[in-house]
Amino acid sequence: MLEIDGLTRRFGDRTAVNGVSLRIPAGQMVGVIGRSGAGKSTMLRMVNRLTDPSDGRIRFEGTDVTALRGRALRDWRMRCAMIFQQFNLVQRLDVLTNVLVGRLNRRPVMTSLLRMFTAEERAMALAALDRFDLAETALQRADTLSGGQQQRVAIARAMLQEPRIILADEPIASLDPRNSRIVMESLRGVNREGITVLVNLHDLATARDYCDRIVALNAGRLVFDGPPEHLTAQRIREVYGVSEEEFAEEAAIAVGATPRHAAIAA
Amino acid sequence: MSTAYGNDLPAVIRGEEAYRAARRQKRAQALLGGLILLACLLAAAWVSEAHPATLWAGLPRIGEYFARILPDLRWHALFAGSETEGSIAFWFYRLPEWALLILETANMAALATLLGSAAALVLAFPAARNIAPSPLAFHLARRSLEALRTVPEIVYALIFVWAFGVGPLAGILAIALHSAGANGKLFAEAIENADLKAWEGVQSAGGSWLHACRFAVLPQVLPNIISYLLLRFEVNIRSASVIGFVGAGGIGEELYKVISFNYYEEISAIVMLIILTVACVDLLSERLRHAAIGRLEAAR
Repeated sequence: MLEIDGLTRRFGDRTAVNGVSLRIPAGQMVGVIGRSGAGKSTMLRMVNRLTDPSDGRIRFEGTDVTALRGRALRDWRMRCAMIFQQFNLVQRLDVLTNVLVGRLNRRPVMTSLLRMFTAEERAMALAALDRFDLAETALQRADTLSGGQQQRVAIARAMLQEPRIILADEPIASLDPRNSRIVMESLRGVNREGITVLVNLHDLATARDYCDRIVALNAGRLVFDGPPEHLTAQRIREVYGVSEEEFAEEAAIAVGATPRHAAIAA
Repeated sequence: MSTAYGNDLPAVIRGEEAYRAARRQKRAQALLGGLILLACLLAAAWVSEAHPATLWAGLPRIGEYFARILPDLRWHALFAGSETEGSIAFWFYRLPEWALLILETANMAALATLLGSAAALVLAFPAARNIAPSPLAFHLARRSLEALRTVPEIVYALIFVWAFGVGPLAGILAIALHSAGANGKLFAEAIENADLKAWEGVQSAGGSWLHACRFAVLPQVLPNIISYLLLRFEVNIRSASVIGFVGAGGIGEELYKVISFNYYEEISAIVMLIILTVACVDLLSERLRHAAIGRLEAAR
C-alpha cells in the first residue's frame, strides 16, 4: 500500500502539486492524467524522491518515504523504479550495461564502479531483454536503438531493480502508436506480476484501455479518482471545462506527441 | 525609379533614419571603446616600463644573439663526421646524450600528465556545478583546482627540488600539480555540459552519487577528457623542457648550462632538438586524439 498524504510541492510562488492524497493498494495499475503543468511529473518524481516535497507525506507499507536519507533513500529508489519520457539511458554505454544499472544498488561500491557484475546478474539482464525481444541488441550502444526499443530497455532496467512499484512518467509520449502499444502492454504485463504501476499519460484513451484506475490532476489538485468507466466525457467537461477532444489535443501538444485522431487522419 | 524601389514611402524613410542613427551610435561606442582601450594600454606600458625606446635599442641585440648561436655550417663539409668543423654532426656532437635527455623530458611530461589528469578527474566531479554533491564540496574542489593551477610550475619545481633533491622526480611532481589544476577545470566544464537525463536514470534506480558519475557522466565526457589529456601532454612537453632550469630534470638542465656557459652553438642545437620534439609530439598527439575520439565514437 502506497499512501500519499497532502503532498505539496512549491517552486518559488508556483504550486506544482497542491495537497494531493491517494491510497494505492499493491498491484494496481493507476493512470495519472492532466494537462501540461498539472503536476503529474512532479508528483511521480516526489514518490521516487528525485524531487523533494515541500509538504505532506508519502508512506509505503508503514515506512515514511519522505524522511529517508542516504542508503535508505537509495534502497527505496531501487524498490520504486522510474521510467522517463526520454528513456534516460546512458547513450554511450551498451544495452546490457544500461540494464545492469538496475543492479548497482545491490553491488559493493568498488566492483560496481569497475563494471563488474555477476554471471547471474548478466543472465537476469539478458532474460529481461529477451522478454522484450531485445536480447540481440545486448552489446549495441543504447543510442543505436529506436525510441520504442530504448523505452523497453528502460523497462528491463526497471525490472532488474526487482521493484515493488514502477513509476512511468509519460512513457509513450515520444513514441509512435505501434511502439506505444508495445510499451503499454509491457507495463501491463509487468503489472500482472504484482508490481504496482503509476503511469502519467497525456492520452485519455490509453489510460482507459490499460489502467484499473484513473487519477486526474488539474493545477496541482486532485480532481478525479476512480475507475475508467466513471471518467465520462461529461465528467471531463466538468473537471477541465473543455471537451475530451480538445483535452486530448492540448495534452498531446504539451508533451510533443502526435494527437491520436490527427495521427489517424494523416 | 525612386517609386519602383519605394524609397519615398514613409516607412522606408523612417526605417532608413533609424538605421543611420543606430549606425552612428554604434560607431561612437566603438570609437569610445577603442580610445579607452588605447589609454589603458599606454598606462599599462608606462607602469611596466615597456618603453618603445628600450624596445628599439634592444631589438638589434636580439639579432646579435641569434647570430652568435647560429652554427658555423660549411657547405662542403655539411655531411662529414663529427670531427670536421662545419658539419651537422659537429654541431650536434653530443646528440646521444641530448637524445637521452629529450627522452627523459618526454617521460616526465607523460608521467606528469597521467598523474595530474588522474587527480584532475577525481576533483572534477565535485567541481562540476551541475552534479556537485554539496555546495561545500563544490567550493572546496573548485578552490583547490584554482590554487593548483595558479602557482606556476617553476615555483612548485623549486619547492620540490628543495624537498626531494635535484632530478626528474621534482619536475614530474611540479608539472603534475599544475596539470591537475588546469585539466580539472576543463574536465569540470566538460561535465557541466553533459546531459543529465542518464544521471537521473541512474539515481532513480538507486545508484549512488559515485555510480551516477561513473555510469551516467563518465561515458559521455570520456572523449573530451582524452582530448584534453593529449593536449595537456603537448603543453607539458614544453614545460618539461624548461623546468630543468631549476634542477628539476630533463633537457632544461643542459640548456641552462650551455646558456650560462655561453656555448653558443650548443644552445641552438638543443633549441632545435626541443622544437623538433615538440613538433613531432604535436603531430603525433593530434593523430592520436582524432583516432581515440573516432574509436570512442565508433565503439558501438
